[in-house]
Amino acid sequence: MSKNIMIVGVGGQGTLLASRVLGNTVINEGYDVKISEVHGMSQRGGSVITYVKYGEKVYSPIVDEGEADVILAFELLEAYRALPFLKKGGKIIVNSQQINPMPVITGAASYPENIIEKLSAVADVSELDALSLAKEAGNIKAVNIVLIGVMASKSDIPYEKWVDTIKQTVPPKFLEINLKAFDLGYNY
Amino acid sequence: MKKLLLGNAAVARGAFEAGVNVVASYPGTPSTEITEEIAKFNEVYSEWSPNEKVAAEVAIGASIAGGRAMSCMKHVGLNVMADPVFTVSYTGVNGGLVFCVADDPGMHSSQNEQDSRHYARASKIMMLEPADSAECKEFTKLAFSLSEEYDTPVFIRLSTRVSHSQSLVELCDREDVPVKPYEKNIGKYVMMPANAVKRHVTVEERIEALKAYAETSPLNTTENNGSRIGVITAGIAYAYAKEALGDKVDFLKLGTVYPLPDNKLKKFAAAYDKVFVIEELDPVIEDYCKALGITNIIGKEVFTLLGEYTPNMIKKAVLGEASPEINRPTEAIPVRPPVMCAGCPHRGTFYVLKKLGLVVSGDIGCYTLGAAAPLASVDTTICMGASVSAALGMAKAQGAEFNKKLVSVIGDSTFMHSGITGLVDIVYNKGNNTVIILDNSITGMTGHQNNPTTGYTIKGEETKQVNLIALCKAVGVEHVIVADPFDVKEFERVVKEETNREEPSVIIAQRPCALLKSVKYTGHCTVTENCKNCKMCMKLGCPAISVKDDTVVIDSTQCNGCGLCINVCPFKAIVKEDN
Repeated sequence: MSKNIMIVGVGGQGTLLASRVLGNTVINEGYDVKISEVHGMSQRGGSVITYVKYGEKVYSPIVDEGEADVILAFELLEAYRALPFLKKGGKIIVNSQQINPMPVITGAASYPENIIEKLSAVADVSELDALSLAKEAGNIKAVNIVLIGVMASKSDIPYEKWVDTIKQTVPPKFLEINLKAFDLGYNY
Repeated sequence: MKKLLLGNAAVARGAFEAGVNVVASYPGTPSTEITEEIAKFNEVYSEWSPNEKVAAEVAIGASIAGGRAMSCMKHVGLNVMADPVFTVSYTGVNGGLVFCVADDPGMHSSQNEQDSRHYARASKIMMLEPADSAECKEFTKLAFSLSEEYDTPVFIRLSTRVSHSQSLVELCDREDVPVKPYEKNIGKYVMMPANAVKRHVTVEERIEALKAYAETSPLNTTENNGSRIGVITAGIAYAYAKEALGDKVDFLKLGTVYPLPDNKLKKFAAAYDKVFVIEELDPVIEDYCKALGITNIIGKEVFTLLGEYTPNMIKKAVLGEASPEINRPTEAIPVRPPVMCAGCPHRGTFYVLKKLGLVVSGDIGCYTLGAAAPLASVDTTICMGASVSAALGMAKAQGAEFNKKLVSVIGDSTFMHSGITGLVDIVYNKGNNTVIILDNSITGMTGHQNNPTTGYTIKGEETKQVNLIALCKAVGVEHVIVADPFDVKEFERVVKEETNREEPSVIIAQRPCALLKSVKYTGHCTVTENCKNCKMCMKLGCPAISVKDDTVVIDSTQCNGCGLCINVCPFKAIVKEDN
């Protein structure tokens, strides 16, 4: 059985980098890994979904409904949208940021209320304001690494291993901010 | 060394290791990264060609000259390059020649869901289909040697989930494959009827030889788990099926999806009560099995022709197992479709076109999003280049008055791809159309590739830049106007003037993509107390602007300070602030 992580957010939030940090960390632990990404049209501010699966042997690169051990959500509505993918007993780590989709902006639809309460009724939910922590680290774009930090703190993989892959994956120019962002998430 | 690679990067690696000399492509999701990765290898000549037909011809020429060559494209790109493909099947190759085509089941980024496997059969060209990144590399390497051994081009077929999934790949060194000598051979390479008649015989003989190869090919593998159920599958569908069914069924995994191994299929099927054929999109393998007289086949009666498959779907269809218990949201979840980015230059263009109520003959690129609410300006999107030529047809059918309310919109890269021929048609056949070239200085939708209008090659080297103004004038358009789509008043004036003109005209809407590193918008916009709540700015469909408690607010984390909303606000109620 593989461990299945689903990373969801809005195009432009940096979900791809998060999946790559996660993927490289678990490879270094000796697992087989598959990561499924979304490029192209879906990036333009649309919903984006990345799957990271690891285990002794992984076949399908996608996570099916009811199969995600962890949903790492960069945005509230996207966490709610991804709920059907969560395994019974799975965890949701969610950034409390709200980004209105175009149908909400135009008034054609409304943004659901009390999403955290609704998710908490059926799942183990950790909510945090990752945007503020990213600002504290020095760049709002570091939301992805803050969230990876939270996930790392709940994983069996030791702290140093995560830091090593961040050093491998992130351009040197942004390393300091990202390491700070990781710590803020890890110690949240 | 093992490395996590995208399927596309693994194809590039395979071609590199196989000693490829020339790679020519036109970008198209989900195939783009193959050629981007190739461009990182200094040993390989690579290029972005103006379109897929040109790209294929460059690769064909390189192969005839003796080099190993490849061209990569998305499924609809294969339509564009089909002409040379069908004939290079007849000529065969000198250096190994590979066409890598990426299908898009589920249409993540495409205008249709066509199944490229039909092309393999129609053009009588061998097609291999890998299931993960490791196979992407191995199959691509093998494709080059099969190409030379059987004197045939070879297709590699990918799909989005293979192209855009990362898995582990063992890296090897590049093989030293010298460019073969060029030899003139009129009978083989000049496809006039007398020669082609003879080459067709060779093609049919080659298919028989490739069928024999497929019977024993290591790419077609069986997995015996002692089950009474057999599964025939290929590519990504194998990955889903293996995850769903594990060792509860026996597998025949096909790596050669054309030609298929007749005896292997018959022998496999004969051993089971039931044989499921699991393939996304069309029943290509299924129909072939049925035509072979295999009767215990189950395929599209339990599997859909539409979209992507999932392991749960396969588990249910084959084993009758229900999906796991699922919690669903208790209310309707608003969709989040892709939108033009904050700062997108196209937003200004569509704001004006919508305001003027024009019919907009659209094209393929980021600006296809001009069809989405609230701008909802684009009327048609068919294929690359159709905006220009289809608008001529519209005007010819509806007449001169209709034409005054009609424009074409096409990006700079798409115009070079196949818009220019439509413009020639307008001039030649006395059309009076207005074509708006959305010149954002880059190929946007596929993730910023250079093209002939940017002045840089795929490797970022400076080169000659196609001058759009001179080009349009040279084909006979006398009125070519450059306008900034963010200067909405002036842009509106220009569009009105040109659409009313009884001559063909081109407006070059010039403003670079907001995501380019060279574009430096600063600060963010904010709404002041001068706001009269007219909501004019809401008509822009900017992701940063929304209404909260009946007041307009601008989200400073979404806004990049492009200032378009400042230009449309009639009450000067939006101002720029520093971040």
